Amino acid sequence: MSTPQSYEAAVTGSPDQVAEFDQGHQSFIQRLQHALHVTPSLVPLIVLILSIVTFGALLGSKFFSPFALTLILQQVAIVGIVASAQSLVILTAGIDLSVGAIMVLSSVVMGQFTFRYGLPPALGVACGLMCGAACGFVNGWLVARMKLPPFIVTLGMWQIVLAGNFLYSANETIRSQEISAEAPFLQFFGEKFKIGGAVFTYGVLFMVLLVLILAYVLRHTAWGRHVYAVGDDKEAAELSGVNTDKVLISVYMLSGLICAFAGWALIGRIGSVSPTSGQLANIESITAVVIGGISLFGGRGSVLGTFFGALIVGVFTLGLRLLGADAQWTYLLIGVLIIAAVAVDQWIRKVSV
Amino acid sequence: MEPILKGRGLVKRYGRVTALDHCDFELMPGEILAVIGDNGAGKSTLIKALSGAVIPDEGTVELDGKPINFHSPIDAREAGIETVYQTLAMSPALSIADNMFMGRELRKPGWRGQVLRQLDRARMETMAREKLNDLGLMTIQNINQAVETLSGGQRQGVAVARAAAFGSKVIILDEPTAALGVKESRRVLELIQDVKSRGIPIILISHNMPHVFEVADRIHVHRLGKRLCVIDPKQHEMSDAVAYMTGAKEPEQEMSVA
Repeated sequence: MSTPQSYEAAVTGSPDQVAEFDQGHQSFIQRLQHALHVTPSLVPLIVLILSIVTFGALLGSKFFSPFALTLILQQVAIVGIVASAQSLVILTAGIDLSVGAIMVLSSVVMGQFTFRYGLPPALGVACGLMCGAACGFVNGWLVARMKLPPFIVTLGMWQIVLAGNFLYSANETIRSQEISAEAPFLQFFGEKFKIGGAVFTYGVLFMVLLVLILAYVLRHTAWGRHVYAVGDDKEAAELSGVNTDKVLISVYMLSGLICAFAGWALIGRIGSVSPTSGQLANIESITAVVIGGISLFGGRGSVLGTFFGALIVGVFTLGLRLLGADAQWTYLLIGVLIIAAVAVDQWIRKVSV
Repeated sequence: MEPILKGRGLVKRYGRVTALDHCDFELMPGEILAVIGDNGAGKSTLIKALSGAVIPDEGTVELDGKPINFHSPIDAREAGIETVYQTLAMSPALSIADNMFMGRELRKPGWRGQVLRQLDRARMETMAREKLNDLGLMTIQNINQAVETLSGGQRQGVAVARAAAFGSKVIILDEPTAALGVKESRRVLELIQDVKSRGIPIILISHNMPHVFEVADRIHVHRLGKRLCVIDPKQHEMSDAVAYMTGAKEPEQEMSVA
């Protein structure tokens, strides 16, 4: 009788180079699916380019001018900034319904601290930013330490922060003329500069920089990888040595801070400090994230996709308005886009199963 | 000789279910200790209590004679205890290299690492490739492919390679060969011997008796939440071990003390 292990002796002759396969002829669809799987932000980029080309063809130079195209950037700046914050949270398989409320409260704090207490505008802005980060910290702490579902936590915080905003501001608006006379620093993100026919604001510049920085951080730092790992499988991330509580709290705090920056940009955009502004930021930011191809289940997608998603909404809004269509057509088409984006996401996923 | 890792009177209850019932445990320096037991005997809970994934309700754990209080697997890893869990603990959407270095990423030297905190992907990929080659996982083509595209056996290989690469005091392997092919199982067993020859003790949980009897120095038989006995594989048959762990046979008195 042979030894029990002798069947393993046959292994010795096996080759020890890394396996390679002839991929054979791949159809165009297969290669496209693979490319989309590897680079998830490609889908919204293609949709964005197609929609720009379509509206350009329909409207000609009215749409294809540097002025109109940069106007889109100005119009999406706030949503783009908030959606970047939303992307971080959704990548961790959470959701932040309080982004709009945090943004408004932060802008109110910036305005009221400057005008009611006479702080220097820069200090007022700093207080507003801290207020946003603090709201984010509360969200993060409740989600990470108390293990409450993000949807519930941020739904509650949305109401709490919004009510706090109305109570604190006494529903009082600080007018644009006052701000530009006494504290123009609050409107910093609204200041414009021109390059040729293109008009940019510092808010637009901030949005683009923010997206690039976040894209770098998520892709090339350990923290960024941990954000994906937590969204992908929180328990696995924890067992393999990620401090998931710390990652979650930092994500929600950063989200709050970015929303506060959006609040600052909001003052620049509308000129005044109004506690009733920015009510749609929640739903618009989630729309941009979904159209941008980030999975609501976490762990997949990129912040560049969100940026393209926000731009797609901007292109549709301006393009349809220039065409003279009813504004409801915009909402209808965006609704179609949301469903289409998720359908495409599911199709791309198939390669991974 | 003092045990390197020692548990005394460990108790863990999940509601009314008792998973560990005043369990003792000893791992000697440089040995391979197999832990065997029926399903539901509490092996996994014992391992989790030693690796920080579960905090025992009662009892003490000592590493190198010093009492330790792990609150999370991160604490245990920092103390040099590396674990391969049955669930493998990997992020499916991330790449093999990302997973192997999860929680201890390498940064680029110089300002790009320190100021920009940029990851050194090239170095991580080279190291990951080496570790996989050591294990004979030649069927993995691309170190950057997502873990979800790997087969179950390949995933397990990656998890074992990760533990072997980073464990410094104790390595815990929970069913490391369960999903592996013949060649890969053999490599894992060789790797276990290899790790042992580096002086690092190993805890091996397995249902595969031939593997257990081949590599283990001592066998901890776990039954009904506690240590029933410790047997020497050279003096016992596999059938004895199976009889003890299933309760078909009671161990002699002196063995339960050993």
